[in-house]
Amino acid sequence: MTQPSSPTVSPDTADNTPRADTAIRLRGLYQAFGADAVALAGVDLDIPAGSFFTLLGPSGCGKTSLLRVIAGLDTPDAGTLHIGARDVTRVAAHKRNVNTVFQSYALFGHLDVAGNIGFGLRMHGHDRATINDRVQKTAAFIQIDNLLGRRIDQLSGGQRQRVALARALVNEPDVLLLDEPLSALDAGLRSRLQLELLRIQRRLGMTFVFVTHDQDEAMVMSDYVAVLNEGRIEQVGTPATLYERPANPFVARFMGHANLFAIRARDATGLTTDFGRLAGEFARADHVLIRPEIMTIHAADAPEVASAGDNVIHGRVRERLYRGSRMEYTVAAGETELVVVDDNRGQGMFEIGAGVALVMETTGVVTLDG
Amino acid sequence: MADAGSGKTGWRATGHLLGLVAPGVIWIVVFLVAPAAYLMSIAFMTNGSYGLPELPFTWAAFKQLAGYGFLGWSPANLYVVGRTLVQTVLATGLVVVIAYPVAYYISRAPARLRPLMLLLVVVPSWTNQVIRAIGWMNILAPGTPLSDLAAALGLISPHMGLYPSQFAVALGLVYNFLPFMVLPLYAVFERLDTAQIDAARDLGAGVWGAFRHGVLPQTLPGLLAGTVLVAIPAFGMYVIPELLGGGKNLMLGSLVARQFAAASNWPFGAAAALIMILATLAGLVVLRRLGRRLGGDAGVML
Repeated sequence: MTQPSSPTVSPDTADNTPRADTAIRLRGLYQAFGADAVALAGVDLDIPAGSFFTLLGPSGCGKTSLLRVIAGLDTPDAGTLHIGARDVTRVAAHKRNVNTVFQSYALFGHLDVAGNIGFGLRMHGHDRATINDRVQKTAAFIQIDNLLGRRIDQLSGGQRQRVALARALVNEPDVLLLDEPLSALDAGLRSRLQLELLRIQRRLGMTFVFVTHDQDEAMVMSDYVAVLNEGRIEQVGTPATLYERPANPFVARFMGHANLFAIRARDATGLTTDFGRLAGEFARADHVLIRPEIMTIHAADAPEVASAGDNVIHGRVRERLYRGSRMEYTVAAGETELVVVDDNRGQGMFEIGAGVALVMETTGVVTLDG
Repeated sequence: MADAGSGKTGWRATGHLLGLVAPGVIWIVVFLVAPAAYLMSIAFMTNGSYGLPELPFTWAAFKQLAGYGFLGWSPANLYVVGRTLVQTVLATGLVVVIAYPVAYYISRAPARLRPLMLLLVVVPSWTNQVIRAIGWMNILAPGTPLSDLAAALGLISPHMGLYPSQFAVALGLVYNFLPFMVLPLYAVFERLDTAQIDAARDLGAGVWGAFRHGVLPQTLPGLLAGTVLVAIPAFGMYVIPELLGGGKNLMLGSLVARQFAAASNWPFGAAAALIMILATLAGLVVLRRLGRRLGGDAGVML
């Protein structure tokens, strides 16, 4: 498995011909529905061919608008869109080699499963034998060949999801778009289908553009994630980059980070923030991010605390969440609170109100602007 | 109900059930089955000297309906049947053509305007049908601006009116039945899953394909319900053809009515009514077939 090349956000104005390994190239995409409703506020993005690429963001961030523009269901007010080497900005949806798995599945109730899967081939004028053959093969691949004669209203949610997937895949699109396809399913089925989707993508080597608002789902599944907010791309990168090196506070918060603090003062030996002082050399920045995993929690008088050096935060346990494999503490320190996790090794729990000390590795501390 | 067939509780349950069903059954027997049977029997009777049905049973009424009178064969009655069918199909078709976009438009209008728009569709039917027909007579009569315009354009002979005519009947039927098509269509358009249109386009369908597969199947229940609500009453319509047709462009409803009144030929009237009922049933079967073929839910209606 060769890793696709890294995506970029910066438009390369000198060279506007897409590279061979770029499946989708977006430049300056702008779309508004009236003056107050800007869906896309200038999106530049290269989506590498063969990658599982996720558009992540809160509802209303523009991720579905972006997907609809790529699908051709909406036309952008400005900007260009290349799929492969072809400029498809003004090409109608049914003339693009792109298919979509819709959030609500949008299966045709008047056709059976086979009719749904074969619909795209039928619309493109393939003969009956070809359609039957490819429907069979795709259904077998998705493991729904036993459902081909069923009516749509006889299917469960998971089965509908698979039919929707097969209906798109059978057309062998250059790019498969998936609009929150798992959001209607219960947690167990959802995680199973996440894995399955990922396997299908790996086996086909097809470019998948996946939309979700769930950062866990994005991290588990994606080669690359683009975080969107208010019609703009905040950051593009691998899940690890986004989690460990978020570009700004929005990305940090959206990736689930609670310990994000404004930097009040900074000097050569460290910086001051809401919970107190942090020693070390830090770049000039507005915020400091401390991931819960880089801290360990100890009783205030434990020997590790005395030998830990400068970077110890003293505080009191305010809340405690038992999560089985680990404990999650909210610790009040200075004028603020920090979240810290502690692996459950049977060491027992700190009581609420107990005085504790948090010891951290400053190499894991990230500073960010914005 | 698993033990309904066994022992005393079973009998009691059955009795209970019968008690529940009885009012409906009695109603249908007294007001539908018995009159229909009576009507059928009259259709096969001889027309008596005073216009009342008499024995023996005979096919005479049906022969007369088919055009065999004592002056030999005439196509007049078959013309009436044919004219009625054509008017019904034409009126229903026009109603669909008008109501479909109207219902769609209302369903896409801002939510607060929709009740008002629906009200405007329904309001005319709060006025008596006869009065509205007379209203149309005044609008379409000879010498009115519309008639003069039509004459100037060469659509009708000079000094003639748009009323009375087949055109006036068709117009009256469309006008009268429009709300009965708009309302069921609005109901299906309101919960239209537009993602299916997107899906059809996404999968390569052009404008027609997207409509045929993304919209039409979803609206089919409303379309069929509206067609039943429009076509059946239109087929048996009496008032509008009588008033706007000027008594010349006879339709089946008028033909039947005359046999029981002026012409005093009950067996002939009953035979014509029977043919109407059979034609209506045949129409329903055709609709059901059509609905299935276009992909509606089989159990929606009919």
